[in-house]
Amino acid sequence: MEIRPILASLRKHRIPATLIVLEIALACAVLCNAVFMIGQRVADIHWPNAIDELGISVVTVNGADPKLAASDIPRDLAALRGIAGVTAVAAATSMPLDQNPALSDFTTTPDGKTSVNTSIYFLGSGGEQALGLHLLQGRFFNADEYADSGFKDFSSTGHVMLIAQSDAQRLWPGQSALGKTLYANNQSWTVVGVVADVLAQDPKFSGPGGRYSSVFFPLHPDGAMGDYLLRSAPQDRARVLREAMRVLGRLEPGAVVQGSTYASMRGDYFANARSMAWMLVLVCVVMLAVTAFGIVGLTSFWVGQRRRQIGIRRAVGATRSHIMQYFQTENFLLGTAGVVLGMALAFGINLYLMQHYEMTRMPWYYLPVSALALWALGQLAVLGPALRAAAVPPVVATRSV
Amino acid sequence: MFGYYLDLALRSLRRHKVLTTLMVLALALGIGATITTLTVLRLLSGDPLPQKSAQLFYPQVDPYPADQPFSRSGKKLPWLMSYVDAMNLLHAGKAQRQTAVALAQVKVMPKTAEGKPFYADGVMTTAEFFPMFDAPFQYGAGWAAADDDSRAQVVVIASFLNDRLFGGANSVGRMIRIEDHDFRIIGVLKPWAPQPRFYALHLGSRNYGKGEGVFMPLLGARADGIEPSMMMSYGPGSSMAHLETSPAIWLGVWLELPDASAVSAYRRFLANYAQQQVALGRFQKSRTALSGLMPWLRSEHVVPDDARLQTGLAFGFLLICVVNTVGLLLAKCLRRSREIGVRRALGASRGAIFAQFMVEAAIVGMAGGVLGLVFAELGLWGIRHQPAQYASLAHLDLPMFLFTFVVALAASLVAGLLPAWRACAVAPAPQLKAS
Repeated sequence: MEIRPILASLRKHRIPATLIVLEIALACAVLCNAVFMIGQRVADIHWPNAIDELGISVVTVNGADPKLAASDIPRDLAALRGIAGVTAVAAATSMPLDQNPALSDFTTTPDGKTSVNTSIYFLGSGGEQALGLHLLQGRFFNADEYADSGFKDFSSTGHVMLIAQSDAQRLWPGQSALGKTLYANNQSWTVVGVVADVLAQDPKFSGPGGRYSSVFFPLHPDGAMGDYLLRSAPQDRARVLREAMRVLGRLEPGAVVQGSTYASMRGDYFANARSMAWMLVLVCVVMLAVTAFGIVGLTSFWVGQRRRQIGIRRAVGATRSHIMQYFQTENFLLGTAGVVLGMALAFGINLYLMQHYEMTRMPWYYLPVSALALWALGQLAVLGPALRAAAVPPVVATRSV
Repeated sequence: MFGYYLDLALRSLRRHKVLTTLMVLALALGIGATITTLTVLRLLSGDPLPQKSAQLFYPQVDPYPADQPFSRSGKKLPWLMSYVDAMNLLHAGKAQRQTAVALAQVKVMPKTAEGKPFYADGVMTTAEFFPMFDAPFQYGAGWAAADDDSRAQVVVIASFLNDRLFGGANSVGRMIRIEDHDFRIIGVLKPWAPQPRFYALHLGSRNYGKGEGVFMPLLGARADGIEPSMMMSYGPGSSMAHLETSPAIWLGVWLELPDASAVSAYRRFLANYAQQQVALGRFQKSRTALSGLMPWLRSEHVVPDDARLQTGLAFGFLLICVVNTVGLLLAKCLRRSREIGVRRALGASRGAIFAQFMVEAAIVGMAGGVLGLVFAELGLWGIRHQPAQYASLAHLDLPMFLFTFVVALAASLVAGLLPAWRACAVAPAPQLKAS
């Protein structure tokens, strides 16, 4: 296809050509960044979390008398264990993604420094089964450790802890974490086991370094424990949760009992990210539609204006496909100029966002992918007007309009 | 003349129904998106107390040890104050008014037999909170400074809690059970929820929303063992039971300083105070800060990044829609070259042609504005059904309503400028000859 005549014609229609290029460039720039943001949100929503997310239900009991915890918690657990379909129950102080961060700084030497906030979890007896923690090295807590560990001034009075895999690698790179000691607030604990990564209570609050920085302590029944964890098959969850709420409502009349499945807790945590992602998708779709209609409108006008010229070309031997190709090539040229400008603009916007917002550098492949998308959109948009142009009969050339 | 242009414009718009619909629709979508996001942004970044914010200040001092700073970079000052520092500043009384604030989740027990206990957001504060923040009372009043020191078991409740517990009746003098202690109600607020809730910042609660249900004297509530939602410890041995003596920050202090001289005087006092504490060995760093309410909200990024990104995105989208409208208007106007030629030949001036096309653009803009308003209402309806904490507050108000038309008119006139200029540049002779 000869492109020189097309360029010559575009030079004559500089303003409409510039407008199409500008529209494609803007759409490309916005699309790149919006898709990148959608990708980030989706990645956040899918952060892995090595607990049995689909099997856990959590019932929170707030405002019970802490003095009675030592006798009430075992009684409540026994009643919960009696619910059909429950495979494990335990009490705990907090859950991953419960949006109620309990953080502490741990160091590998008594006077060391750290730059990471670690989420601390206290588990009652059987907590590892109820959560479904994946043990990678070492062992879980034994019965004595559960019985002898208390809670004072936000720390464990016991001497053992489990740590997450990411922490083990960060604190002792290339070594086994087993048997090592961690310090915080003039106290120390021995690592007895390493578990697969569990999310923080509030990863956004803890920052990227604290997302998978979690430690677990054993705890005997204590007033600090507000969560009852129930594990069951996913299909039993709804019924188990209902019965557990009823049981605890009866056993703890003075407390506020609230329950949810872990899956919905996770859903709540990421609700904002999900709605932002959907909003971005909506804007992208509408924006692409507007751009496409803009191209259709301008090209249709163009075709209408050039009916006579098209007729003459047809009369002197151009086939229908020649005419189609002319408009398609023209759109391709405009699209190319648009996406080149658009990619530069997209890169600039990304740099600006990196400076002013918590945004990372956009991987390079977003640029060509968006460019391809807009090229395809342009070709699709031009198809209708081009077909109409191809349908112009040669006889038009002989008529005076 | 305007009437004639209007008639011409309407005729032309009616002739190209599809093109006109496309233009209006694109413009309306752009305007709808912009107005929706701007409404949310305005809501989020608004002034919580317009009549008072210029006189409210937030002091900060730094009790953290030098080798374990509050922030990783060591630059940020601690968000909150320890009990000792907060009380020292309050007792010094160097500002016109001063108060300390902590938030707490408290269990409220209805008095009726069948009522179930529930949790409410609570504020633990001191007497001057209410006059300082212009909190309006429906019944009764706040407590006196003497009640702070005597650990009085009194409480002010919000109107929504009064509605829930007492059916909106005057409940002053009645008792309410909070965290298993009896408190006497001495005041009921009118509906009051400054957005953003500046005083709740960094205290472990939401920055937006309907506000707290109960307001209790700090010392009295602490004597009953009520714990603050947020506590950060800067040394060993912190415990919730002995927060007053723990190395922990958990209180926000607010000051009312009426004018610039009072502000600079307080700055000097605060600097002296920090140096004194260094001399006493309590502090290792003598740096301090005193921020006005609005600068404090800005520096702490209280507006979520997402809201600002969405607004930027919407403006980008509006720009695309305007470029699109320019293209379509231009297409239409070039197609009418002959009509323009005839009008020019019959004596219409360039200015008249220009005005005619601008009127046409303005009509598209107005139609886009009206439809954009519908889209904005739809968008805000969508936002109200989002999980965000500010969701229920997203409503279109009168200034935004008017602003919609300003945006629509501006966008369409900008879009009409180029086509109208091209139209009035059409030379009449060639157009007439061609036919």
